[in-house]
Amino acid sequence: MGRRVFIGLTALGALGVAVGGQVQNFLSNAAGSGLGGVLPFGDRFRIYSITNTYPKISRSAYRLEVSGLVERPMTFTLDDLEAMPATTFKKTFQCVTGWKVPDVEWHGVQLSHILETVGVKPEGAFLTFESYDGSDTETLTIDQAHLPDVIVAYQMLGAPVTREHGGPVRLYVAPMFGYKSLKWLSAIRVVTELAPGFWEQNGYPVNAWLDGSTGANNPDPGLT
Amino acid sequence: MTVTTPSSTSRRVVGVLRFDRVQRAAHWVNALLFTVLIATAIPLYFGSFFGLILARHPVEEVHLWTGIALPVPIIVSLVGPWGRQMRRDVRRFNYWTREEVAWMRSLGRSPLAAEKFNPGQKLNAIFVAASILIMLVTGSMLKWFRFFSVSQREGATFVHDSLAAVLVVVIIGHLFMAITHRESLRSIFKGTVSEEWATTHAPTWLRELRERHEVPES
Repeated sequence: MGRRVFIGLTALGALGVAVGGQVQNFLSNAAGSGLGGVLPFGDRFRIYSITNTYPKISRSAYRLEVSGLVERPMTFTLDDLEAMPATTFKKTFQCVTGWKVPDVEWHGVQLSHILETVGVKPEGAFLTFESYDGSDTETLTIDQAHLPDVIVAYQMLGAPVTREHGGPVRLYVAPMFGYKSLKWLSAIRVVTELAPGFWEQNGYPVNAWLDGSTGANNPDPGLT
Repeated sequence: MTVTTPSSTSRRVVGVLRFDRVQRAAHWVNALLFTVLIATAIPLYFGSFFGLILARHPVEEVHLWTGIALPVPIIVSLVGPWGRQMRRDVRRFNYWTREEVAWMRSLGRSPLAAEKFNPGQKLNAIFVAASILIMLVTGSMLKWFRFFSVSQREGATFVHDSLAAVLVVVIIGHLFMAITHRESLRSIFKGTVSEEWATTHAPTWLRELRERHEVPES
């Protein structure tokens, strides 16, 4: 009897793993966004930071430095970024460990536009991103950086990007897992060789396509 | 199994052994691990607040290794020559009489001459055992996510988080029952309950001990 209950509960757990994703979607739709933020089945951000605290950068102090193999190295203020052509879209934020927040509104400048502004030299093949936290780094190929839904975001969820979400300015790489969307973006460098980012040095794939592909259907030269 | 006071000339029975040393040790190590798991789970789950004051990574590591250690005291207390009473009690969880099933179905209203553990306690033990297994598996899936599809990771997150919430409720219930039942609470510290307690709360168990001559007839 006890054994049957034990096996039954364990089977329920296995079933939960199999269909939990769909159940979660159903429940969070039913519960609405109010409850969704608190309950375990809710679509909520889990805030990660690889350092002890969240960097605090004021609007006026914020600078984005773009350098490396570029024709015109530049430093952008938040006003500069806001003056550039903006793009807005809704996309799911999907974490590699299995939580997601659907239909997040993102607003910012396409990375491709910034790269055109500074002019990437022909030998530039990769981008390295740095964070105000002083530790996190990320990387993209030049071709990946030109995808239309890879943006330097200064608004998220309909408001300026908050400190915990990586504000005032963060990267958002829509087609890849969340760890590619580096927070508190401080610098972009154009380089010739791939330098794996923080999470990639800790075993996560450099190419973090959401569809799990190796990038065969995506612009992905030189990476495995 | 009786405990006698060493100074007495006649063997004076002071109580009936409910939990032996091994079981008590396993319980308290288990309780400590559960406490650490919950204490580390809170900042991990509510990271948007705690992220301001705590580094996530060390908290994550503590949570992970405490979780992996969780089954250890239970397994150690079950195997080996010291685990006789623990094994016997685990077998009790598997054994349900018709009266016990009826008692559980009526939520404790039907009559029952309780065994060592009443059906509610048995169900709790089975639930916690199954939960530990499920939390261990789903937690491992989140740590070593590479081997699983995104949908499986979502499912594992869902199960791990939901079950954690249920477990917290069950543990609060366990603590409530413990502090409102002083004598059974004492037995997880000292090991023994009085014969009066056993007569009222676990008469079938007391009869079993007497039949085995582990407690003398009164």
